[in-house]
This record gives sequence, structure tokens and C-alpha cells, in this order.
Amino acid sequence: MADCGEPDGPGNKDDITRSKNEGKELTKEEKQRLRKQKKHQKKQKERKNEKGPSETEKDKTPVSLLPPPQPVATQKAPSALPAPASAPIPVPASAPFHSSPAPSPADKPAKSKAELKAERRARQETDRAAKQPGSSSSGIKTKVPLSELNPVVKRLPEHVQVDDPAVVKRLAKKLERQQTLPYGASNKIPLRSDYGYKVSLFSHLHQYSRKAPLTQLLSIPSTVIHPSIVRLGLQYSQGIVAGSNARSVALLHAFKQVIRDYTTPPNEELSRDLVNKLKPYISFLNQCRPLSASMGNAIKYIKKEISNIPSQCKEEEAKTKLLTCIDRYIEEKIVLAAKAISKYAIEKISDGDVILVYGYSSLVNNILCEAFEKSRKFRVIVVDSRPRLEGREALRRLVQRGISCTYVLISALSYILPEVSKVFLGAHALLANGYVMSRVGTSQIALVARTYNVPVLVCCETYKFCERVQTDSFVSNELDDPDDLMVTRKGKTQLENWQDVSSLGLLNLVYDVTPPDFVDLVITDLGMIPCTSVPVVLRVKNLDQ
Amino acid sequence: MPGADKEADLTERIEAFLADLKRGGCGTGPIRGSGETARETTALLRKVTAQARWSSAGDLMEIIRKEGRRMTAAQPSETTVGNMVLRVLKIIREEYARSRGSSEETDQQESLHKLLTSGGLSDENFRQHYVHLKANVIEAINELLTELEGTTDNIAMQALEHIHSNEVIMTVGRSRTVEAFLKDAARKRKFHVIVAECAPFCQGHEMATNLSKASIETTVIADAAIFAVMSRVNKVIIGTQTVLANGGLRAVNGTHTVALAARHHSTPLIVCAPMFKLSPQVVITTVVRNRIILSKVNVHCPVFDYVPPELITLFISNIGGNAPSYIYRLMSELYHPEDHDL
Repeated sequence: MADCGEPDGPGNKDDITRSKNEGKELTKEEKQRLRKQKKHQKKQKERKNEKGPSETEKDKTPVSLLPPPQPVATQKAPSALPAPASAPIPVPASAPFHSSPAPSPADKPAKSKAELKAERRARQETDRAAKQPGSSSSGIKTKVPLSELNPVVKRLPEHVQVDDPAVVKRLAKKLERQQTLPYGASNKIPLRSDYGYKVSLFSHLHQYSRKAPLTQLLSIPSTVIHPSIVRLGLQYSQGIVAGSNARSVALLHAFKQVIRDYTTPPNEELSRDLVNKLKPYISFLNQCRPLSASMGNAIKYIKKEISNIPSQCKEEEAKTKLLTCIDRYIEEKIVLAAKAISKYAIEKISDGDVILVYGYSSLVNNILCEAFEKSRKFRVIVVDSRPRLEGREALRRLVQRGISCTYVLISALSYILPEVSKVFLGAHALLANGYVMSRVGTSQIALVARTYNVPVLVCCETYKFCERVQTDSFVSNELDDPDDLMVTRKGKTQLENWQDVSSLGLLNLVYDVTPPDFVDLVITDLGMIPCTSVPVVLRVKNLDQ
Repeated sequence: MPGADKEADLTERIEAFLADLKRGGCGTGPIRGSGETARETTALLRKVTAQARWSSAGDLMEIIRKEGRRMTAAQPSETTVGNMVLRVLKIIREEYARSRGSSEETDQQESLHKLLTSGGLSDENFRQHYVHLKANVIEAINELLTELEGTTDNIAMQALEHIHSNEVIMTVGRSRTVEAFLKDAARKRKFHVIVAECAPFCQGHEMATNLSKASIETTVIADAAIFAVMSRVNKVIIGTQTVLANGGLRAVNGTHTVALAARHHSTPLIVCAPMFKLSPQVVITTVVRNRIILSKVNVHCPVFDYVPPELITLFISNIGGNAPSYIYRLMSELYHPEDHDL
């Protein structure tokens, strides 16, 4: 059946072959359809074997084009069986066509058309039979008219299942398995242990202490983990590199170094081996500090680029290609995106504005500095919060540029908001249900701003958009070192011995989610969109890729 | 001469008290709680009544007004001082009226009829001299002092009516009243308390330590996390510095955010405040404590927040629970309208 690409042939088949050529993963529905087709082909082949050997050649070609059978195919057998039972009826009808011993070339197109028709009818029969309530495994098929629904149930990430001992054991085993050299246990990635009393509402999350970085548990020399990754992990866990853009860029630079130092071992392909090499690094970084959404997207991109390296590519060429890919990613998604966002945001800043910002967001700082360069007259109020006090860094940078600033703590928000005309917030990630995940305290600012009718604008690059959904700040969050909350006032540290008191717990949250009704506008590199349009952008991005 | 000595002693006491007040406001929070301030003020006013020279109620009221003005000028943010002065003035009026023989109710009530018909109602200038007025006034002030001493216990006794088991309660900063309230409930019920630390002075830490010593499950959170955890909170119980005449609050910095977050999640906001905090002021001026200007930066550090009455669910005071819309009525029982501007 060399004429599979015929326009009047079954449209589904075209889709499948086209998508296969593009390397796109087949959806569940398409896979099922393919399996059914394959089964049907097999049945047809058997029947035609009785009728004549000539047809088998024709049948063999479509079979070879189909993907190798899935193990799940056995489940489909019961439903496939009754369906083709009705299918053979049209086939024998066309069999008289095939039984001619020597098909002339002139007849060939006509016969293949007839066979195509038979195929189509057979498939329609199977579809119809599958749609009947009697068939067992067709439930998924009837539900999905669109071909773009991804599998609904994803595996729950480990870092929100700390209270399940089975999951923790599984992670420990995974870390052991990820040693690439068969030396002893000293080469595996250590498992970081939790610190301090955890508040019961958050017992499903990790809580680490900054005084016990993971690197202390590593043996030297550690051949599993590249030294730049070790350094990066330490920088993450000590908070030296903080902020989602900074972390992503640092990660990508570290990966560039890894790629430069990489040599393909003999008998291995670069595309597969390099991805495997990156896995323990990612686990290590995850242990140092849970990965952010932006880092997750960057890693996905790199893995995709690596797997797309053709096998005949020479190593040097492949490496340079990867390095340029990474550079381009940083340039496009972070640097140029920031420029685009500044351009849009500056339209929203008018003379005489009083702008409120919270904490330190590299993007918002960028916007304000550029607006100041373009001689907009405004002043800034920087809101800060304990224990991180990141606002001081933002304040320093803005004052250095010459922007007039005011500094308050977040508890003074109701006092200062009547003066404010706009609020600019940065984001750590934008979730698919429109919620904004950002530094803890952002939702509070949005709430109070909404009460005083002050517009809230969130600035976020599209590479931070994430497919997760979340409605509150509990189910997935990060717990920082609880000792950071201790403070000395008037020479007394009240919470000095909080560990000794059994009923006292300290909670140092890092992120919170802001509901979309508090946010008036999201400024991205694709333009200015409302919060609820995030899944649209994600869908467009997926189609592009 | 004993009289002069007494007077010198009295003025010394007053000066010491004023100095204390002045000092208390500028530091990192008052040196003593409002309850103590109220008791000291009342004790001082009792001394003034006993030792100052006055012949009629009018004179006494003048003296007390004068001292009261000085005290409130020393520390304007400490409103309990002014409140106690008003209470004492009301006591004097009552005692005077009782000595005169007229019934208390008719004099106190400001009915519309009276306003229209009598015109110059307060014709009486309190000039008459009564022998037992002094003793009566001092006795009444003693009663007031007893009442003041028992306010915290009275409020704490109501705790079990408002807290059920396995609740999550949020509170802000440090309030002695709320501490006593929660400790009393903890004797019989098990619940969880989340304390917002209230930067920059972090009084919440002390509150958390005290509560956890009483075996209450306590968690300390940063101010920024208030909205994030509010969805799991069942009740918010706070103390306040002043209760205003319209039912609003003047409370520690950050309370307005808590109130807004509680309203968003429909969580009840309960204020534990004894009656001596009720002030006839309605318009408040936010006290800004520090304004440091480091070349190009203004730093603001407001001490108090105004919380409008719509955000408050319930007031628990030593005379029971009240809705915010009823506060104005309570005020007329405690203070006389003519004294509202000292």
C-alpha cells in the first residue's frame, strides 16, 4: 500500500504518518487506533492467506509502517475481535477483485482504491463497535474527540510526598542507581535529611537547614558529579544564587561547562549517554534546593535538544551545536524577553506615578531602570519582608540609578497604599489555572491593592509558564530554614531554644499563590494578557514545539 | 508643713509618671502594658483627689482636667490615660448628682426632648459643696480600680465559649489579654495557634514562647505569610491598642492586612479588648515613628493601623461580647459627652 499518502485515503492515517515523521509523540487515541489497525491487518492477512498469497505483499507494507506492537495491545484483543468479525464481510466482497491471478498494472490503482475503501469501512466498523457500551477498553476513545489531550494522571513529584515513607525509600534507591561508575556507595548522591520540627500542615514537604548543605556528605573526589554542578548546588542551598532567572541562567552555564568537558564513551551514542549523565546532576541539584518551574522548563529543553542530535553527527560538532542552542535559549527566553516586556511595561508607566514593588525581581528592576532611562518621572516604594529582606537589594540598585525610593516593611502596607498608583510584581511561575506563584507575601500585596483599587500588574517571561495547577499555598511549596526567623531585639533572642520546646514550630515559607482575580494584567514577551490566558499560551507553545 | 509636703509629693509623683509615659512611647513599644498604665493613672488621680485642694466638684474637675491634659500631651498615642481621666470625671459628675439628690438616669440620658426643651442644660456649674463628696469620689475610684484589676480575668473567663477543639487560631504580635484568653481555653481544649511575628519588633516571638510554655501548639510565621496560611485558619483573635467610638480599631501595624485577609476567607475576627481601651476619638492620626532619610530614601515605620468596623466580627470585653455596631452605646455609659474633648 504505497499510496498511503493519498489525499482521499483515510485521513487518520495521514495524520499518524505525518506526526510520526515530525517526531511528535502519538497520543493515546492515535496509538489505540494504530493498534486496532494492526490487528485488523493481521486478521485480513490471515484471511487473505487462504484466498491467495499475492495479497500478503500488499498487506505487509502497511504493517511495516506501523509502530511496533505495544504490550497493552493484548488488552485490546477482546474488543478488536468482535469488530473485525463484521469487517470481513465487506472484505470478501472485494475479494473477487483480488483473486485474479495476474493483476495488470492498469487494474492496480483501481484495486488498491477498492482495498483502501475496504480498509476504511473496516476501520469505521471497529470505531462504531468500539463506541458501543459493551466494549470494555473503549472508554477512553469515546471521551476524546480532540487529539490533543495529554494523559491526565501524571506521577506526583517526590518533593511533595515527604510524609510517605515508601516514596522516600524509592527516592533513596533512585539516587543509588544513578551512580554511573560501578564503584562503591561512596559515589552515590547523598539523600539530604530534614531538619527541625515541621508544622503538621506541611509534613508532606522537605525542610532543610542551611547549616547542613548536601555537599558535606559528598566524598572527594566525587566522580559522579561534575565540580561545576557541585558548586552550583552549594550556591543554591546557601542562597547565594537566588531568584528564578538567576538560577536558570546559572544552571544553563553549568550545563554548558558539563557539555564542554564531556567525552562520549566508546560504543555509546552522545544523544542517549549525555542525557543519562545529566540525570544524577539534576537529582543532586534537586536535593540541594527543589527545582523551580523555570529550571524545569530549561532542563526539558536541553534534554530535547540533546535527544534530537542525529547519531551520525561528530562529537565536536554536536557539542558546539548544543552550546549554541543553550546560548540561544538564554538570549531568546531571558534577555530578549526582558527587553520585550520592558517595552510593553513602559507604556503602562506614566509621569507622576507612584509604583510599588515587592522584594527583588530582576525583571521588575529592569523595567524600572529602563523607564527611568526613558525619562519617565516616577517614584518607587519598595516593600520588604522578613526574613529574607530581599527588598534591600532592589532598593540599593534603584537608588544607585537615581530613582527616588521609599522603603517599608510589608506590615506597613495599609499605611502606604493610599499613595500608590500602580503595583508591579514579579513571578516565579504562572500556573495553568491562572494562579501566580511568587515570593510569599505577593498575594497579600495583591489583596490589599485590590481593596484600595490599585491596579496590579504581574511581569513574567513565557518560559516560566508551567502546566501545574494549584489553588492554595500548602500542597506544593518550599520550606526554608526555620532558624532564619530568629532575631535578636534588645539583646534578647526570644526563639533561641525553639527546638527544645516541643509545642513550638517555626514556619518559613518561600512561595505563595495569588488568585487570578487579584491580578489585573500579566505582561509577557508575547504581549499583555489576562491571568486566565495562561493555558492558551501554553498550548500555543506546545504546538510550536 | 504637711500640706506643702503632700503637695510636693504629689507633683513629684505626677512628674515621674509623665516622664515614664514620655519614655515609654519612644522606645520599642510601651514599657508596660495598657492595663498597668490605666491602673497607675487611676491611682494617681485618686491621689490627686485626696491631696489636692478643692472645695467643690467643679474645682476638682478643673484640676483633674488640667492634669489629664498634661498626661495626654506627654504621650498622645497612649489613649488609656485620657480614657481614665474621662472615667474619673464621669464618676465625679455621678457622685455630685447623687449628693444633690437627683436620680442618675434622668441626668445621664440625653434625650432629644431634653436637648430641645432645656437649651442650656448644664446650667449647673458644680459649685455646691458637699461634705461627703470627697469620700464618695474616692470610694468610686477604688471601685474603678478593682474593676481594672479584674479585666483580664473577666475576658479570659469567656474563652471557652468561643474556642472549640482542634481549631486553628491566628493572632498578631503580642497582647497580654489574648495570651490570657488562649491560656485559659487551653486548660480544657486542644487547639493550634499561629502567631504572626509582627516585624520590625517581632513581639510575636515573645507571645509564641509564652504560649508554647503553656503547652499550646504554636507556630510562628513571618508577616508575609499571613494571607498564604489564612485559608486554614478558623478564627482570628487579636488584641488592640484602642477601640474607637465607631467600633473601629487602632491596633498594631499589620492588623489591617490580617483583617482584610480574614474577610476574604470569611474568617471571623474577634477582638479581645477591655473597656478601658474604649476611646471617644473617631478620627485617628497614624503615628509614624521613624522617618529616616538616608540621602535618597524615605523609610516609613508606622506604629498603628486603622481597622474599620466592617472588618470586625466581635468584641470581647470584660462586660461580655458585643458587636462593633454597639460600641457607641457603651461609650455613652462610660463617659459623659461634655468631657469628650479634654
